[in-house]
Amino acid sequence: MSSSAAVPATTAGRSAVLSPPAPTAPDAGETGADAGRAASRPPLRRRPMSPVRRRRLIRESLLFCVLILPNLAAILVFSYWPAIYNIVLSFMDWDLVAPMPEWVGLENYIDLFTDPEFWSVMLNTLVFTTVTVVGSLVGGVLLGTLLATKVPFTGMVRTFAFAPHMLPGAAVGMLWLFMFDPSFGLSRFLFNLVGMDSPQWTTTSDWSLAAVTVAYLWQRLGFVTVIYYTAILDLPKDILEAASLDGAHGVKMLRHMVLPLLSPITFFLSVTGVIAAAQAFDLISILTNGGPGISSSTLSWMIYEEAFQKFDIGKASSAATVLLVLLLVLTFMQVRFGEKKVNYAS
Amino acid sequence: MTTTARTPGPLSRLLPGRSRPQGRTAGAVRRPLWQTIVLTILVIASLLVFLVPIYWLFSGAVKSNSDIYSWPLKWFPTSLHLENFRAAWTAAPFDRFLVNSVITTSVGTALEMFNAILCAYAFAFVHFRIKRFLFLFLIGSMMLPGHVTLIVNYITVGNLGWLNTYQGLILPGIGSAFAMFLLYQQMRTIDPEILQAAEVDGAGHLRRMVLIVVPMSWPMILTATLIVLVGKWNEYVWPLIVTSTASMRTLPIGLLFLRSQEGYTNWGALLAGTVIAAAPMLLLFFLAQRRIIGGMAAGALK
Repeated sequence: MSSSAAVPATTAGRSAVLSPPAPTAPDAGETGADAGRAASRPPLRRRPMSPVRRRRLIRESLLFCVLILPNLAAILVFSYWPAIYNIVLSFMDWDLVAPMPEWVGLENYIDLFTDPEFWSVMLNTLVFTTVTVVGSLVGGVLLGTLLATKVPFTGMVRTFAFAPHMLPGAAVGMLWLFMFDPSFGLSRFLFNLVGMDSPQWTTTSDWSLAAVTVAYLWQRLGFVTVIYYTAILDLPKDILEAASLDGAHGVKMLRHMVLPLLSPITFFLSVTGVIAAAQAFDLISILTNGGPGISSSTLSWMIYEEAFQKFDIGKASSAATVLLVLLLVLTFMQVRFGEKKVNYAS
Repeated sequence: MTTTARTPGPLSRLLPGRSRPQGRTAGAVRRPLWQTIVLTILVIASLLVFLVPIYWLFSGAVKSNSDIYSWPLKWFPTSLHLENFRAAWTAAPFDRFLVNSVITTSVGTALEMFNAILCAYAFAFVHFRIKRFLFLFLIGSMMLPGHVTLIVNYITVGNLGWLNTYQGLILPGIGSAFAMFLLYQQMRTIDPEILQAAEVDGAGHLRRMVLIVVPMSWPMILTATLIVLVGKWNEYVWPLIVTSTASMRTLPIGLLFLRSQEGYTNWGALLAGTVIAAAPMLLLFFLAQRRIIGGMAAGALK
């Protein structure tokens, strides 16, 4: 297939027009809002299908169902159903032990929104997500640009920067716990270099969220860097050369040419970055357990704690619903906002 | 959301078996020496940021506790102290953790890839009316954060009596969206004439899938498998809540319990345990770097 036009995912399904080996591919004009049976209703303004053809289409459709069934079933049962039933549970009161959850209406949400701890957790989540997403984007584009200069050792940086992204979060958490140790860790060494004592990273509420943020950034930065690096190498050289002839260099070039051209990537990385950061859990679990107090609790930690340590399913599922709604709204906004910016491609 | 490409385009340089074009960016043309020196220093500084912590982990795992708890700190172990691994092994059933990790990762990956391949083939080559809608429906599941589905999945698995079982650990994770998407993209680049020829020769869908499409998609299948595998090995929150007995824990969860058990008094053993959990993924990455990065970039780049 030679068309190099990049097509948004929403049209990916158009393959229906091209690929099926079925003799009459239904055209894209047909609305998907059909009532089921593929071939039971002859398409308008077309020769009626021969029985052989029709039987064949039915056979194809059956085969399709069989092929996608295992995957569809898994995703329905373990992704969509839980997301929906979680909303139902958020109107219930339950401790996982009582035989039946009890309907309490909006009570969980009222409890949640009037709980000052919830708002501290939301603030932590906001700070953590913003710092890690913005930090990894800024760091990633700078480092990616640096790597693209092809000076010595850039290949090694690429490898070792990406490596943390491959490690279990639990292992990264342990590693940083060790480095944060104020008595024997690298942290003491570094702070001593500038004549200071190492902060008690994981055990004081002033520093605990910073500890989680630093470890998370270290794990994510390499991934963002390598994606940017790959994209930078792929920028249209003729345009950049023209700009360079027109006198754009260095920072000017970066700001007016490279960054706008990279905006689709930035868009993708910020959407996935927010979703990933909102679920950062393993590092918190290993480094701080959300504490001291709730100083490093984020929404994802709170969901876990309420559900599986305090067994307050109602509160946990209402917090999870808040997370779901926030992410959906945010993604929707990013898509709307992103559409305007992401028009530079080819 | 994700955007997709009809052709591998920018990815080609990341995929194996192709020569890498000499990428040049703006300003890379004939640089004065002092700039090269400054840039190299920056590169080395950033290398240290990533390399030193990794070195610190591995060197700590073979340091004796007197090396670890010493100040000024010792950059190199005075002797190879492999005792730490035995200490980790005796403090917690690490052999069980390892076996559990291997089983859940390998079986889970195999099942997810099975789902992904069948599904991708169906979307790429088999006729169905509402294909487009179903495709978006499956891909859309990537938007549902794991923490939203956690509680109900726990209840479901509990009702099935699957807590502390392999099926409870594995089955909730076998639905495939990302790997399916990658494979679908790849399969659509296969020349339809080949498949038509096979059809004329009387090969049905299953034969076409097994004998033509799967072999032709092999590199991408391998890439997707690696990405799925890494994700499953590193899985944390699900094994944490679905297992309560030590004998069913996986390595990442084992680390958490090793930490609570040993406190901070035996860092040697903790770091050795961490190395056991981390080393297989590092090894895999160093062996298949290009494939893994290429696959992950495929989701991001157009």
